[in-house]
Amino acid sequence: MAPHVIIRTRMGTIAGIAALALIGIGLALPAIAPRALIQDLFTILTLLTLAQLWNLLAGYGGLVSVGQQAFVGIGAYAMFAGVILLGLDPVLAIPLGGIAALALAIPTAFFAFRLQGAYFAIGTWVIAEVTRLLVAQWKALGGGTGTSLPREATSDIIGVESIRALFGVREAAARDILAYWLALALAALTIAAIYWLLRNRLGLALAAVRDNTEAAKSVGVDARRIKWAVFLIAAFMTGLVGALIYVQTARISPDAAFSVIDWTAYVIFIVVIGGIGRIEGPILGVIVFYILQSTLADYGAWYLLTLGLIAIAVMLFAPRGLWGLLSDKTGLHLFPVQRRLEGIDLKGGK
Amino acid sequence: MIWIDTLVQGILLGGLYALFAAGLSLVFGIMRLVNLAHGDMIIFAAFAILLITGSLGLNPFLAALIAAPLMFALGWALQRFVLNHVLGKDILPPLLVTFGLSVALQNGMLEAFSADSQRIPAGPLESASVNLGIVTVGWMPLLTFATAIAVIVGLNQIFYRTALGRAFRATSDDPVTASLMGIAPKGIFAIATGLAMVVVTIAALYLGMRANFDPSIGPARLIYAFEAVIIGGLGSLWGTLAGGIIIGVAQTMGAAINPEWQILSGHIAFLIVLLIRPRGLFPRAVD
Repeated sequence: MAPHVIIRTRMGTIAGIAALALIGIGLALPAIAPRALIQDLFTILTLLTLAQLWNLLAGYGGLVSVGQQAFVGIGAYAMFAGVILLGLDPVLAIPLGGIAALALAIPTAFFAFRLQGAYFAIGTWVIAEVTRLLVAQWKALGGGTGTSLPREATSDIIGVESIRALFGVREAAARDILAYWLALALAALTIAAIYWLLRNRLGLALAAVRDNTEAAKSVGVDARRIKWAVFLIAAFMTGLVGALIYVQTARISPDAAFSVIDWTAYVIFIVVIGGIGRIEGPILGVIVFYILQSTLADYGAWYLLTLGLIAIAVMLFAPRGLWGLLSDKTGLHLFPVQRRLEGIDLKGGK
Repeated sequence: MIWIDTLVQGILLGGLYALFAAGLSLVFGIMRLVNLAHGDMIIFAAFAILLITGSLGLNPFLAALIAAPLMFALGWALQRFVLNHVLGKDILPPLLVTFGLSVALQNGMLEAFSADSQRIPAGPLESASVNLGIVTVGWMPLLTFATAIAVIVGLNQIFYRTALGRAFRATSDDPVTASLMGIAPKGIFAIATGLAMVVVTIAALYLGMRANFDPSIGPARLIYAFEAVIIGGLGSLWGTLAGGIIIGVAQTMGAAINPEWQILSGHIAFLIVLLIRPRGLFPRAVD
């Protein structure tokens, strides 16, 4: 057999089938699940998507951004603008969020890529602050105090009527189900796209640039273009998530939509605790995060204090997170992206 | 006339930002570490000074004198027991640790001191002013600016006149070779972070006497400090002062036009400098 490189593993195939089954169950869940569970799952799925995107940036692209809230916020505001100024259906206005985030990502990358290494992190934060301050000047969308989606817009969102009829629930619950389905679709799509990307040439180039930029350049990888591509893709998807989150919330303000704690700190903690640089990491991380949140939520600031300390402890004692620990012990890879050489015939020696 | 006044206020405000930035610049210069908790540490030091003035009934300057060695010890321990373990070729771990520290510190202070605005009482100095002919300026901003210059001169003296400074510079250039010459880089790092915390205490003293502070305002101070460092050029302490002045003047000018634009104009000045001179006004280090 000729030597060849393969990525596929049996465990990977099993995990893929299990993931499809899980998505199927997820789709059918609103038929039996109470509304509170659907709302919780919505939050978990949107955080999972943001965490996967941040992991793509930092864990694979080496781009530690502390300014992802810029793209959540601008995505949410673009959706609001589509509804309030253009009279669009909120769900149909979601793509505007992605487009606006992409448009913002181009100047952001232009400025932030001028800053090396660690200073890139604060550079993205500055851009997020500038965006927040500028959006707060946008009087048509409520300025600094924010605004709500108009009643007429939320009352006949596309598809809500059919969901109402299908499950026999009230309108508000039907809206939650629609948002949940969209979040499920976005999470599944994001994970699938990142998985596909990492198993492709671009993923290989990305890993090479992360591990050693100079070495990657020497074998013909255009490091600059790769970083641009990853940054823009992550911004676009983050904008979509931002728009979706605020379709469900239906009330926006600059401080909430551009919150560094809600949209970046939580996300970083999820990735760090779960395991950075692995697709499995954010999935495990969001589960741990949710358990911590439900047990500690009543303690207010103590909760964030604990999260911060856990993140420090993880970086000190298990830098590759919980999934890294688990994977080292068991050799388990649910989403294999490693390339293995097979079919070589070793001659001589042993 | 009003413009000259605004300009002078802006320049003096720049002194405060230079104080914020000096500690950040010091740590980055020696170990290439960006401390995302820098702003929160300034606020922490301000609370420490406030506690000491309150409990011992001391003058804030004396209180800062007591707080400074405590902050040095904290900085030393933080570097020795936490940050030294994550420093390496990969920039990710130290960034994430200091980010975790930032969030933990903010919320710890929120629990300990509540979200109420506080101020370090400075007595008659708070409102005293001096007439300089064209403009009248407050003693407090003037003192802040003079202190910023003194801190920069002092740090430069340490860097270029002492054995410790030589060790700082050697470690900054090449930790491996420095260790061959009998310097322990990790010990040097710990002293450097301790020293940065002394500068943080001085910054906190003026921050707390000049304006109200609460546990949530740390990250904004980090951003101002960072902007001043980048504008000045990495590794240049005098550049940091120039950067602070540019941010300060942009903010007071912006505020004079429209109060809502104060913070925004500072950021925009930073972006313009980054656009025209990506390596800052007085670049020294090559990173």
